[in-house]
Amino acid sequence: MAGKTIPKSLNEIPREVIETDLLIVGGGNAGCFAAVEAKTQDPSTRVAIMEKAHISRSGATAAGMDAINTYIRTDKGETPESLVRWSRAQVGGGPMREDLALSNAQLLNESVELLEEWGLPIVKDEDGNYKLRGRFDISIQGEQLKPIMAEKAQEVGAKVYNRVVATNLLMDNGRCVGAMGFGVRDGKFYVFRAKATIVSTGGACGLYKNYTSDYSGAHHQTWMCPFNVGTGYAMGIRAGAEMTSMEQRWVAVRTKDFSGPVDTLSVAYGCLITNAKGERVLRDRYAHLGGDKAPRFVRLNAPMTEWLEGRGPVYVDTTVLDEEEAKELREDLLNERPTFVLFLASRGMDITKEPVEIYGSDPYIVGGHTGSGYWIDLQRMTTIPGLFAAGETAGGNPNKFVGGCATEGRLAARGAVAYMASVSLPPLDTGQAEREKERVFAPLLRGPGFDGVTPLEMEERLQRLMDEYAGGISQFYRMNEERLDYALKHVKVLQDQTRFLFAKDLHDLMAAHEVIDRLDVAEVLIHHLKYRRETRWPGWQTRMDYPEPAPELDCFVESRRDPSSGTIEVFTRPYEQLIPGDRTQG
Amino acid sequence: MPPKVDREKCDGCKAQQEPLCEQVCPGDLMTLDDEKKAYCRMPRDCWDCMSCTKACPVGAIETRIPYQLGYHPAKLIPMMGTNTITWTCIDINGKVERFRYINRGRLD
Repeated sequence: MAGKTIPKSLNEIPREVIETDLLIVGGGNAGCFAAVEAKTQDPSTRVAIMEKAHISRSGATAAGMDAINTYIRTDKGETPESLVRWSRAQVGGGPMREDLALSNAQLLNESVELLEEWGLPIVKDEDGNYKLRGRFDISIQGEQLKPIMAEKAQEVGAKVYNRVVATNLLMDNGRCVGAMGFGVRDGKFYVFRAKATIVSTGGACGLYKNYTSDYSGAHHQTWMCPFNVGTGYAMGIRAGAEMTSMEQRWVAVRTKDFSGPVDTLSVAYGCLITNAKGERVLRDRYAHLGGDKAPRFVRLNAPMTEWLEGRGPVYVDTTVLDEEEAKELREDLLNERPTFVLFLASRGMDITKEPVEIYGSDPYIVGGHTGSGYWIDLQRMTTIPGLFAAGETAGGNPNKFVGGCATEGRLAARGAVAYMASVSLPPLDTGQAEREKERVFAPLLRGPGFDGVTPLEMEERLQRLMDEYAGGISQFYRMNEERLDYALKHVKVLQDQTRFLFAKDLHDLMAAHEVIDRLDVAEVLIHHLKYRRETRWPGWQTRMDYPEPAPELDCFVESRRDPSSGTIEVFTRPYEQLIPGDRTQG
Repeated sequence: MPPKVDREKCDGCKAQQEPLCEQVCPGDLMTLDDEKKAYCRMPRDCWDCMSCTKACPVGAIETRIPYQLGYHPAKLIPMMGTNTITWTCIDINGKVERFRYINRGRLD
């Protein structure tokens, strides 16, 4: 049982070495699909999944899902190209990796159909096609989405290591040969040796403070999974991988006080965004940007601007719904965010009579939604040989969501299986493993009476720092150079202070590494935010000192941390337009 | 917030090596106390995903909305069937609603 095995010294901690062909770090949506695809490509491939929680209900889709936001209805005239064009417009014309997006779109429908084959109920229209609720999104009854994917990964023979927290990559002369971590239940130190590794840990939540954070029981009232802390990015950052577009933060408009979905209401049910004066905000003020179909960052920034300019609160107008539609809507919500239905009940709300209030979320780094993550090639290999990325960890290709992340898991598995054919496993570098073991368990071995800092104290310090100085919700996402410098200075202090972190049990040790990982992601994020001296996606990235887009920054912002010196180099890569046409038009 | 555990109903999943709520919680938050009853070790850290509430074989866990966000005493109770789920929702005014639908299998 958790927390019962507290060692006194490093020697007491057993080391478990596992040899495999393909290691998947993170058994979520992308990870499960990667496992299935690797076994489909070559059934003799040994596949191991390192899973921080329990694979049946871990990560972003733990509660379920009510829609798959991308499916290409070719009978409606849609094509992979039209999906990429739409995705590009949703991020204000990019830059984005159209090569990645196109290859993903070409395999997308098959991945969605696989989900149905595995047992996911997908809603059909009268012709037997997947029922559209928007242009590309289809409705599902996805309460069991996560268990369905997890069971399939296990059924094909992937070996799942539940409750094993990844902490660092195992490296061999610049090549990734596995990963290391610890068991949050058994207290063991784990070394996974693998010919190829796919990192699919999900994105980073909790870099920033949420506005309900201080209230009892509501610290994790976040939209993205608060247990996805950016470990997948942090491990690569520490090993010197190139990261892209970290500054393209995803900030979402959500229901206020309880982080419920807004697109489900506004896109699927026609409940449009309305301010306190009864004005249709997007239609009346943002028609030039697409009105109610404006890019995602506009749909976030518009309601927050209403607040700032004295026309809040802002709502999605659910009073257009009749009783039956309101019930159907809540049934959808039960599939994705069941407690939102409980929230409405706790307010005693009849949504056909009063509208639902909306507000901005805390900012997230999530490459399944925006472009943040590893720079990868078409095989989904990162700039570290042997290390592949899929899902929220993989950058450059926004708006992947469930279907796109699943597809990327499959593409990464294909890349990894092909790569494995040409490599062999080097002998275990015991020195590297021992150094990591010492680093990992240090917070647990400080000894009695140690005067230090708890993981929670440091997490809260980081979250408030980022909120106030790096464009969080309390600042309406606004930032300037001086505030970013302040944030960076204090992140560096916190990184130095991690030597004071102490953990009272294995759960706490996990929390200690979560804050260490968040700090490393936050540092890189601030460098990216500083480099982009312009405002390209207001709300997601708002520079008060550079309020307009700068034509010379119509490119990718990249970074690489030197593993020996810790210095972070920031540079650019050009954007390449493959799909012709106006980039802002979907 | 946080799962509220009915200590009368909770039997700590005696037959299991680890209780189901502890097995499933994505945040590693559920565990057993000295009396072998489940509790949430960090109520502030719960994501309200209801995985524990769905997994509990004796219906001992209820997910509550933090009082700062919603009023007392609304309830949402999931019942897991074979390929279906049934939800009972009771709002603060006592209004009861039920939702039942398929959660596994093709919808043709």
